[in-house]
Amino acid sequence: MPEHIVEKKTYYAVFTGLILLLAATVALAYIHLGKLNIVAALTIAFIKATLIILYFMHVRYSSRLLWIFVGAGFFWLGILFALSFSDFFTRGWLPLPTGWE
Amino acid sequence: MPDHSIALAHQFDDIEQQHESAALGMWIFLATEVMFFGGMFLGYAVYRGVYHAAYAQASRHLDVLLGGINTAVLLCSSLTMALAVHAAQLGGRRTVVLFLLATMLLGSVFLGIKGLEYYHKYEERLIPGSHFEFSGPNTNHAQIFFSFYFVMTGMHALHMIVGIGIMLVMTMLTWRGNFSAEYYFPIEMSGLYWHFVDIVWVFLFPLLYLVDRS
Repeated sequence: MPEHIVEKKTYYAVFTGLILLLAATVALAYIHLGKLNIVAALTIAFIKATLIILYFMHVRYSSRLLWIFVGAGFFWLGILFALSFSDFFTRGWLPLPTGWE
Repeated sequence: MPDHSIALAHQFDDIEQQHESAALGMWIFLATEVMFFGGMFLGYAVYRGVYHAAYAQASRHLDVLLGGINTAVLLCSSLTMALAVHAAQLGGRRTVVLFLLATMLLGSVFLGIKGLEYYHKYEERLIPGSHFEFSGPNTNHAQIFFSFYFVMTGMHALHMIVGIGIMLVMTMLTWRGNFSAEYYFPIEMSGLYWHFVDIVWVFLFPLLYLVDRS
């Protein structure tokens, strides 16, 4: 056997968790939390994605080398977001001149 | 071990190495997919920061019930996909075929509900373009939201269609007896793709349907 075989009950447990998190994200969206609504929604989405990656996609049982490959993909996504946000969301911070008058 | 020698491609030392190579290659492909969808998520996020009021208003026009059901349908399809891989690891043939068929069926249900939602948006004149109608002060900004909605869910749906095609091929190969408990990697790698598409939806659902419901 080239790979660790995940037990069926693990899959059922992860699936139950995913459905409960889906219910939680819908329920939380209707409760007014102000800016925390998006934080809650994204946190739940990240937990769901992590569950899928670790268990359904078997990454938890894979080699360190595969962890690096998986991490690299999301690390580069992080670069894309961090650098773009640091531009777009700081544009109003400094009173820049509008141009040559 | 006739099975083993058929499964092992000659460039690999052993079946473990072959398996890891397949998984690494698949994850490189998935990294490119992460960047592909990442660009759209970034555009969505930047405009959400700028036109938050319009996003909130436009998002309320989406159907949370249908979107929520679709999320559950997709999560179910990920479960049947995981169980198909599990059955394949044990060398089952009929079970693998049944779970792959269930995965395709659930994927088709998702696309059907998505199509129904698109039709509702068409009837409500919420498709961006010259026929777009939106009551409120933010018509143009709401059009940006719906542009992201259609492009992102459309690209996601396209990935679903491709996924169903892949599963169709996997079903036929399994039925023909191409796989065994030693060699089931194509099913597992197709599963990685299917789960990835599921993850994209896990983010799309709250970001598009639940912008400001409270």
